[in-house]
This record gives sequence, structure tokens and C-alpha cells, in this order.
Amino acid sequence: MTLITQDSPPATTASKGDRPTVAIVGPGNIGTDLLVKLKRRDVFDVLYMIGVDPASDGLARARRLGVETSAGGVDWLLRQQQLPDIVFEATAAGPHKLNAPRYEAAGIRAIDLTPAAVGPYVCPVVNLTDLAELPNLNMITCGGQATVPIVHAISRVTPVSYAEIVASISSRSAGPGTRANIDEFTETTSLAIEKVGGAARGKAIIILNPVEPPLVMRDTVFAAIDADADRHAIEASIHAMVAQVQQYVPGYRLKTDPQFDDPSDLWGGKARIGVFLEVTGNGDYLPQWAGNLDIMTAAANRTAELLYAPLEATK
Amino acid sequence: MTTTPNTTTARDLRITDTTLRDGSHAVRHQFTESDVRRVATALDAAGVPVIEVTHGDGLAGSSFNYGFSKVSDIRLIEVAAQSVSNARIAALVLPGLGTLHDVRQARDAGAQILRVATHSTEADVSIEHFKGARELGMETVGFLMLSHRTAPDALAKQARIMADAGCQCVYVVDSAGALLPDGVTARVEALVAELGDDVQVGFHGHQNLGLGVANSLAAHSAGARQIDGTLRALGAGAGNTPTEVLVAALDAAGVRTGIDLPLILSAAEDVLRTIAPQFPPINRDAIVQGRYGVYNSFLLHAKRAEERYGVPAHEILKVVGESGYVGGQEDMIIDVAIQLRDQLQTAGN
Repeated sequence: MTLITQDSPPATTASKGDRPTVAIVGPGNIGTDLLVKLKRRDVFDVLYMIGVDPASDGLARARRLGVETSAGGVDWLLRQQQLPDIVFEATAAGPHKLNAPRYEAAGIRAIDLTPAAVGPYVCPVVNLTDLAELPNLNMITCGGQATVPIVHAISRVTPVSYAEIVASISSRSAGPGTRANIDEFTETTSLAIEKVGGAARGKAIIILNPVEPPLVMRDTVFAAIDADADRHAIEASIHAMVAQVQQYVPGYRLKTDPQFDDPSDLWGGKARIGVFLEVTGNGDYLPQWAGNLDIMTAAANRTAELLYAPLEATK
Repeated sequence: MTTTPNTTTARDLRITDTTLRDGSHAVRHQFTESDVRRVATALDAAGVPVIEVTHGDGLAGSSFNYGFSKVSDIRLIEVAAQSVSNARIAALVLPGLGTLHDVRQARDAGAQILRVATHSTEADVSIEHFKGARELGMETVGFLMLSHRTAPDALAKQARIMADAGCQCVYVVDSAGALLPDGVTARVEALVAELGDDVQVGFHGHQNLGLGVANSLAAHSAGARQIDGTLRALGAGAGNTPTEVLVAALDAAGVRTGIDLPLILSAAEDVLRTIAPQFPPINRDAIVQGRYGVYNSFLLHAKRAEERYGVPAHEILKVVGESGYVGGQEDMIIDVAIQLRDQLQTAGN
């Protein structure tokens, strides 16, 4: 593993003031988009961007953004004098499983954007306060970040016996990792709909659409509710939740009002609510149609801000 | 139309009957154990070598988005496997919906063949499923859906991805019934050229433009060696290539399928007709689907949206086609219906 020494002088400079510090491991699209967000928000000091390939475009981009980089992997990170408060893992499930215990031993909190799920699933608007002390937090999936808030918004008003989500993303925003492990998406998201969203049973479906120009991310949530559930209260809860998510994903919106369908024998006698969402990205590094990637980096950044700079987060 | 010479093999072409999978859309996934037992028994008796049994949208398709199954597809696979002596049972899976966990259950229930379907440009999401199925000892088939949207050369590249992952036959799937015979020929020839002798090529047709049988004959002439049909064309929209007509046409063309014509006609008339009396009509909605290249199983969802939102189904389907929505995006039908309703209301004000 070659160090890019010419670009990475020893880290002796202290961070400006007492600002919390972060590093990003994994200089791919997600890592780069997160870096641009962190720079734009200017809440954290970004100490390092770390990869394993000296020729990586992502490391070069990070250097152009004024961040110290290394292709020396986590070994390099853990040798630095100044360790970050937080590491954002944007590699893949396999590497994170290996890295997670090392971060923890070094006292670095990990926010995990991979499907490794070493730590519990987190959706910052739903369950972060319960998990604030934990060393490792997992950001579920893009479809999970888009839909779990809605499932929760319904289940906090009325019991949800079953919730199902359909996430449609542009083919161009589905990287090789997603494609090779598509079962991981459906299984992880289904579990999060139950554990975080509060549905008794969850199901997740992902669709890749190749149409050009690329489609903006769409998410649909269907939930089985009782015939006499308070529809006005559910609707109000959903609108409130959408406003909360919009604080960190401005392009998150209801495509139409929630749709209630009366009970049907085909649905085991339950009524159904359908919620139709569109997630337009912020265009930080990735294009705006890649709302699926934006909502992941935005949720990871939001989680970090709520934990380390709650006052900044609400600005 | 075809002049395939007689050979010493008993069969020139393998027919897969998918009445109990693609036909499931037409009965809103309400097949009972008894329906499956009767149909599978009749198909087996007629000599149909492969019978596909699954929810219309594949394993784990039972959902709000696609419709809940009356009986779980794993149970229906088990019933079918117990009903046949010679036929092999196939199951369909769409990555992104069904998982390898579901595949394992289907195998344990008696499915011997796994068919993995992706949109015609997204073959790489199927790699894990082909590998997994082969490790489970299953035969594999790949489905490139909405093949009409992808040019022959590009389609052949996608077929290569499936073949390299362990797929043993790649199908050109005309999910919208939008292909004409020359389009089928060009695609099948491109796949045969790419895949050579290692991997077979198949064809799955629909009736939207009245071409299921003609397209299947064209596919066979171009080198396809596996072809799908359903009894009495049972399927969403205009339905599928009718198996009994296909068998008769291939018989007339001198292509041996190993299927007994009187017995397959009996399966259609004496068994399936008592379960699903209506022959799918090639009506306005179905023709619009064929012309605009809309995934066939969208039809009944569009009909329900028509009922719920008061917008004609064929208008919904036209917008769905123009928007480029792919198989699985049934939720977008509701979205389009609401948009059209709102436009109508605005125009009316």
C-alpha cells in the first residue's frame, strides 16, 4: 500500500477551534458526495479522505477540495496523531465488518453507509435519540432512509400490521455494489421497516429503471391499517414527518396526498394507505436525479450533526 | 414458415407452459391448490416438459403492489410438483423482489428450474441468483424483459452477462407484445451468435399485436430452442402465446415438441376453460400496450386505477409507456392516474 506522501503531510495541525472532526473511508461516489456536503455545511473539520488505490479519482478530487488523503487504508488512519471523532464508512459491507472493531478500539465512532449493519439501523428523524451512545450506527439503505420515516409516521398514529415499500431508482445511480448484492437491499430494508418503522411485518422492493434522461428517485409506501384508523391524524403525522426530513433533504416531497383505500378481502380485510414520494438530490457532487444517493449522505451527515453539533444542525 | 429437417432427437424445441405463473395475473393471483393440481396434471399428461408455477411477478410477488396471492406460491409449487410424473417445475424470480432465500424454499418445494428475470438492460442484478441456483443444483433460465426496448447487439451483451453467471438459456421476452417477427428474428439471432452452442436461446411472446404464435415460429427459425406459452393465452392484457395453438402450429411446421395435440387441446378446453372461462381479449387497452410497449401485467392495475380515479385505462397506459416505466413499477400507475385526474379537473374548471 503506497502512501501519497506528497499530498499528505503529517497531521500536526489542530482543528480550528473545538470543532468536531471527521474522516471518510471510501472515496467513491458516496464518499465524495458526503465530502462536498460536509464542506458546504462547514460544521465539521474533515481531516482525511482514505482509500486503498493511489490512482483513485476520488482521492484526487478530495485533494482538490483541500482534504488530506491517503491510499493507505484504515492502517494509515489509525497511525495518525490526530484521530477523528467520527469516521464515515463508505466502502462496502465486507471492509466495514473488518474495520468496525478497529474504529471502536481507537475510540472513533463509526457511521456506516454500507449494508454491513454492525451497529443498529438509524434513521435520524426516527430513532437517533435512543442510540446516541453507541459506537457504530448503520444508515440502512437509500430506500430505507426514504421510507422508514413515513412508516414510522403512520405507526405512531395507528397499528401497522404490514408495510411495503417500492423504491425506483435510475439504473445509472445503482453502482456495482448494489447490483451484486440486491438481496441485501430488500432484506435490510424490510427489517428496518419493522425494527425502526414500527410495522409488524415489512417488505421492500427495488426497481432499476434505465430510461434517459434518468428518472428522479421515487418511493412508494403502502401500509395495512385498520378500517377505522384516524385518517386525518395519519395524514397530519405524515406531513409533519415530511417537513422534518426536508430539513436535511430539501428535495424530499410528497408527490400527491396520501391515498386511502377502503378495506378489501384481498387485503385480509385491512384498509390501505399509499404514500407517493419523490426524492430529488441536492446535486452536491452527484446529479440531482440520484436522490437515492443524496438521501444516504444527507442522513449520515444529519446523524453526525445531531450527535456532535445539535445547535448547528437546526440552523 | 420453417423448414427444420427431421432429426433423430425426439424433440426439436422445448415448450414451457406458464399458465400457472404468467396466467396468474389474469386471475388476480387467486389460483387455488385444486386449480394448480388440475392444470399441472393435464399439462403433464399432454407431455409438456416444463411447467412454471409462481405468483405472476415471481417468488415473493404477493404484495400490495402486485396483488396478494390466495395461496402462497411455495405451496402451489409443492402441489404442482406432486401432481406431475414427467414434467419439471420451474419458478420465476425477479431480483429486487424475490431473494435467494425464496429460491431455496422453491427448490425445497420441488422446483427444479429457476428462471431469473431482469429488465433487458439490467442483467447484472441476476448474477448472484444464477450462481445461487446452480449451487442449489437447479437448471437456470434468464429472462430479459421488455426486450423490444433494447437493440439486438445490446441485448446480446446482456445475455452474455447472464450466461457468464451460470444461466443455461437466455430468453428474449416480449413483455409488452410489441415486437414484430423481424424484431424477434434479429434479437434471437444476435443472442445465438453471442452465446454459441453453450447456452440456449428462448422466446416468450404476448398477443397484443396478435403475433404470439407468429413471433414464436420466427424465434424458432432464428434458433430459439425454448418457447413459452399459456393455455388459452391466459395472461394479463391480451394474454400470452396460446400453448395449444403454438403446439398445433409447430406440428404443422414439422417441428417436434413432444406434446400430444389432442391432450393439450383437452387441457385448454376441458380443464383451463372451467377455471378461467374468458379468453383474453385483444381490445383497445391491450393494443395500446402493444403499440406503446407497456409491460403487460400493468393492465389490470390500470383498470383498477380507472375504477378508482375515473381516468380511462388506455390513457394511463399510454402515459406509463411514454414515461418508460419498467416491470415492477406498478405503483406508478396510481401516480399517473392521479396526475391525469388532476389535469382533467383543472381543464374542467
